[in-house]
Amino acid sequence: MKPWVRRALWFALGISSGGGVLAADSVVIGGKIFTEGYVLGEIAAQTIEASSHVPVTRKLGMGSTGILFEALKSGAIDVYADYTGTLAEAILKRPELRSLDEIRAALADMGLTISESLGFNDTYALAVKEEFAEKHGLHTIGDLVAIQSSVRAAFSYEFMDRKDGYPGLVGSYHLGFNPQQVNRMEHSLSFQALSQNAVDLIDVYSTDAKIKKFNLRLLKDDHNYFPVYQAVWVARKAFVEEHPQEWQALLRLEGKISEESMRDMNAQADIQKVSFEKIAAQFLGAEAPAARSSTHEIARRTREHLWLVGVSLLFSVLVGIPLGVTAVRFHAAGQAILLSSAVVQTIPSLALLCFLIPVFGVGTKPALAALCLYSLLPVVLNTFTGIRAVNPIHAENARAFGLTPRQVLFRVVLPLASPTLLAGIKTATIVSIGTATLAALVGAGGYGAPIVSGLALNDVPTILTGAIPAALMALVAHGLFELLGLVLIPAGLRRRP
Amino acid sequence: MLQLQNIYKTFEGKPVLTDVNLTVPKGATHALIGSSGSGKTTLLRITLGLIPFDKGYVKINDQALLSFTQVEWADRIGYVPQDGGLFPHISGRNNVALIAKLRGWSKSKIDDRVEELRKVVDLYPEILDHFPREMSGGQKQRVSIMRAAMMDPAVMLLDEPMAALDPLVRSSLQQELKSIFQRLGKTVLLVTHDLGEAVYLAERITMLHEGRVVQTGTYRELLLQPANAFVGQFINAQRTLPDASEIT
Repeated sequence: MKPWVRRALWFALGISSGGGVLAADSVVIGGKIFTEGYVLGEIAAQTIEASSHVPVTRKLGMGSTGILFEALKSGAIDVYADYTGTLAEAILKRPELRSLDEIRAALADMGLTISESLGFNDTYALAVKEEFAEKHGLHTIGDLVAIQSSVRAAFSYEFMDRKDGYPGLVGSYHLGFNPQQVNRMEHSLSFQALSQNAVDLIDVYSTDAKIKKFNLRLLKDDHNYFPVYQAVWVARKAFVEEHPQEWQALLRLEGKISEESMRDMNAQADIQKVSFEKIAAQFLGAEAPAARSSTHEIARRTREHLWLVGVSLLFSVLVGIPLGVTAVRFHAAGQAILLSSAVVQTIPSLALLCFLIPVFGVGTKPALAALCLYSLLPVVLNTFTGIRAVNPIHAENARAFGLTPRQVLFRVVLPLASPTLLAGIKTATIVSIGTATLAALVGAGGYGAPIVSGLALNDVPTILTGAIPAALMALVAHGLFELLGLVLIPAGLRRRP
Repeated sequence: MLQLQNIYKTFEGKPVLTDVNLTVPKGATHALIGSSGSGKTTLLRITLGLIPFDKGYVKINDQALLSFTQVEWADRIGYVPQDGGLFPHISGRNNVALIAKLRGWSKSKIDDRVEELRKVVDLYPEILDHFPREMSGGQKQRVSIMRAAMMDPAVMLLDEPMAALDPLVRSSLQQELKSIFQRLGKTVLLVTHDLGEAVYLAERITMLHEGRVVQTGTYRELLLQPANAFVGQFINAQRTLPDASEIT
């Protein structure tokens, strides 16, 4: 293999085909990562599609309130469905605001607006299994006091941290749960935990279809503690002004979705596994849009996933290798580089995504930024240790033979370090393929999309349609790197067959 | 001609080399000998232009080291590191041709020169296509000498050329080296701690001790008129094994 061919291959290593498609002037609908968020998002999307020719981009299953709200403010999405209680408590931090007008006035300062209620109240509720309720005689939240020291609870992160969630609840009802028995858990997993008797008590949304599916009893909120959560459309004012026709179409849904029809739609999605497109179309009395073929879907997700992994890999190679070389050459800077890339690695991926949204908005950009940061450490570290492991006598000899410092690096040191370097790039790739599944939480698509919506629906087959291709991609990557090793690692360093 | 004139070098305030003088006339083979810590490795690195020195001159054919860049100097002095120092990731042939390629030599010019040198060091052609890990110690040394001679430098510098070889290979390569040097016709400085090697290969010897030249001369001169007690000690310590008459 000619050296220039090898160098070209090294350079091309990170580049993958595929492409991020960015719609030019389209309406972007966001959606929270739970069944109702998907259903309402799909209803909004189809409503606009039926009344206007502006293309609609769906960014459903993006995450929780914080991510959606940042996305809305930054203009990455135009509209999504949220709840008055959430807006007052989590966004405005003013839980005393109760009426729609008060909330609307407060949001106006942020350049946002809301519709009237869509017609239903989806508030927090506490749920237990029917048998458990019978056994302990539970009807109201107050009844929990009798078993407060032994009950095992699993509450969602959002519920635990909101003032109108757990902290206020225990105050209002004088509940003294054993802190050891109160678990924080991803909301969609808590049903699973309850049904397997891993826990006894969970928080739910009152329109959640799984209440029916798992035969749960809702404990009555006789103190009227939980605030009212009217569903509304939240939109940027700029969107309302630029797209009055589309906004009017959404406003026509005000008061049209009853609590019962919402629970029913949720049940169709969760229990009967009807697609969101079909549920929304049925509700709107329209034809469901033609279902995209599953091969087409997988191809699209593969493209998105490859794009995420490829770009972040290219970045980690183009930035990580020079950083690793710098780290070897300058001791102090080296320690700073190694330390900071290690610190980045310790930030949980969801938190990192959250930090990046204010900077990059939502969609592919923050996901790419996060993946780039994560794939940096293995490359920097392996470049550093790889070069350090090269016997310094080779570099000195090379200088004595008349190689320039540049030639010493590219002709001698890097080739000798290449097995370690390549191992670092391989690690980065495989980590990246796994981490990229989280990109779906900020609307970047990829194999994470079915995983995220499968989690929301508690639907294992859907999760597998994302998880299996991701695992296969990792296997293929592993194989490709074995082959690349034959090309990129100089023959003199390869193990004899 | 290689000249080291009044070389001084201190490291962290301590003198490492003090007023070192050494001249190798054109075409001669000279040995620099000393035990470890004598400063011979420092002098070798200074001669190669790898480290700075405090005072003095290093000259090849009356041109001073300091008037050249490292790259220019390297073309004037061919270096054979200890153990051959071949780069393990490339074949013998690519080790030999590396610098010529970087200097933009044509392929045919490179091939001709490699073939010419291969005959000088008497190596089977296929050995050149082996990787260093597949070569014997003697083969590595020969390839390394080819590499050092490739750019036709005025001076060749060898660092402990025999140190890593087993005694039998050593004795055959020793004879071989002598004729290689003659065929190449280069000015050769070899740095060693081994008196036998120095005596066999070089016409004259410079002995270094604690950073100073203690004596320069032929083996005969060192043996019969040692400049001081150290020279006598050093030579006696490296005398060959006793012969039969000496064993009781």
